[in-house]
Amino acid sequence: MHNPSEEFKIPIGPQHPALKEPESFSVALRGEKILGVDIRLGYNHRGIEKACEERTYIQDMYLIERVCGICSHSHSTCFIQAVEEIAGLAVPRRALYIRTLVAELERIHSHLLWLGVAGHEIGFDTLLMYTWRDREIVMDILAELTGNRVNYGINTIGGVRRDISSIQIQETLKAMDLLEERTKYYIELGLEETTIIKRLSGVGVLSYEDSLHFDAVGPTARASGVKRDVRKDDPYASYGEISFDVITDTGADVYARTIVRLKELMESYKIVRQCLKNLPDGPITVRAPRKIPAGEALSRYEAPRGEDVHYVKSNGTDKPERVKVRAPTLANVQAVKHMLKDRFLADMPIVIAAIDPCFSCTDRLVSLKDDDKKADVMTWQALHDYSIKWHSQRGVDFGKLNKKLQERLSK
Amino acid sequence: MNVVQKVINWSRLKSPWVLHFNTGACNACDIEIIAALTPRYDLERFGVLLKATPRHADILLCSGPVTRQIEDRLVRIYEQMAEPKFVVAVGTCSCSGGVFNGCYNIKGGINAVIPVSAYIPGCPASPKAIMDGVVKLLQSLEQKEGK
Repeated sequence: MHNPSEEFKIPIGPQHPALKEPESFSVALRGEKILGVDIRLGYNHRGIEKACEERTYIQDMYLIERVCGICSHSHSTCFIQAVEEIAGLAVPRRALYIRTLVAELERIHSHLLWLGVAGHEIGFDTLLMYTWRDREIVMDILAELTGNRVNYGINTIGGVRRDISSIQIQETLKAMDLLEERTKYYIELGLEETTIIKRLSGVGVLSYEDSLHFDAVGPTARASGVKRDVRKDDPYASYGEISFDVITDTGADVYARTIVRLKELMESYKIVRQCLKNLPDGPITVRAPRKIPAGEALSRYEAPRGEDVHYVKSNGTDKPERVKVRAPTLANVQAVKHMLKDRFLADMPIVIAAIDPCFSCTDRLVSLKDDDKKADVMTWQALHDYSIKWHSQRGVDFGKLNKKLQERLSK
Repeated sequence: MNVVQKVINWSRLKSPWVLHFNTGACNACDIEIIAALTPRYDLERFGVLLKATPRHADILLCSGPVTRQIEDRLVRIYEQMAEPKFVVAVGTCSCSGGVFNGCYNIKGGINAVIPVSAYIPGCPASPKAIMDGVVKLLQSLEQKEGK
């Protein structure tokens, strides 16, 4: 028999029923209490940032969409905003409105998806089936407007690729009415259903101070009372011309995060209606140069999960020199460790799900520098000598080849 | 085919339980797999049920290219499944590596690591395509002799 007062570790993941993506958690337990959590990422690391450097800007746009399939429009818009800023392109207003429209439709699909997953994690599978059925309405609209259900590919450098017809506007408005009615039902359910309230209240608490300390973003931070939303703080696309509220809650637990997301759905319907009503006339794209002038830009975007940051550095060619992606989950995942401490193991799936994690977004390569150790500076010649020495130790001799090369060069 | 084999085949085809494993996908195929299991498309009417452990599953639904870190885990999960077992590669990435082909951390498609029975292309594969692929796989099994 195991002694319950002893500490022991259990691994969760990379394949685990509670996790939809491969990531690994090593949980230290005493009895049912969690003492600490060690998160191991990298199962999803594909090397997108490096791949971007080898492809042209147009190719990168489609590659960047595949950073994450759920918030694909967020990543592609964020990247393109940076590229457009470097190139100094003035994107037509109609294109910006269409971008905003697709962004909000994406938020609706993502939040409905989350609600279903959260329901699944607390054993409320009926909610999963309900929300995913309703989610198909917005998926149909996205397929109608952009041509694909997921990974829309509507952005292009200098605008958008598809225009919206008046029939599509009517269809979208009709769908919004239907979804609004359904969302009202979910809000009612969230506010009145005792199973949900009792299961989610007081679980995964992240106080206002902790939220600031761990730099939480998106609904996770807003549910702790932090009024932080890039759409309002640093308006991009056409958010500056649209009126909407930033939803916050002071509950600071998983229940508050659920309510924040549900209410954000209502705000999204409002934004979609305004976009369609005020859709300006005009072109949907401006001509963009193939080569982007040298420069660098940082772009911010409020993805459904929180603030997404892209950094792009160009060198005057048709390929970027450096692309850096900071996805919202990377900012939130540190807070999860804090939320789980001294809680029960059974709360783990829903607490992890409550930040709406997306590990394919997060798995970027991070290099950590040792501050105590001084960096070595080598001249080119010293590096050359070092390389010859390193290889000769392993039985590869470049001496003869080098001599031949130098003879040929001297001729 | 004798009667016993016929009964085994019949029961096997009526309850193809699946295990979903993300081998480094971007989530797009994963949400489409879940969408195929929920009311609009309802893959469950063919007896398909999402299972949590490889030991209960007959079909391994893989999505995404195989990353270096996931490779050993994928093989291990495949080995844990009971015979007869089938692997379905969902999405272009899992068929061939897709857009990620050539990235330093990518081994290629699923077939670079384990044998694959059915390929469902698409970026992402739509729920309709996933249903079509699974049903076609089941049809091809009808002719096989059950052990």
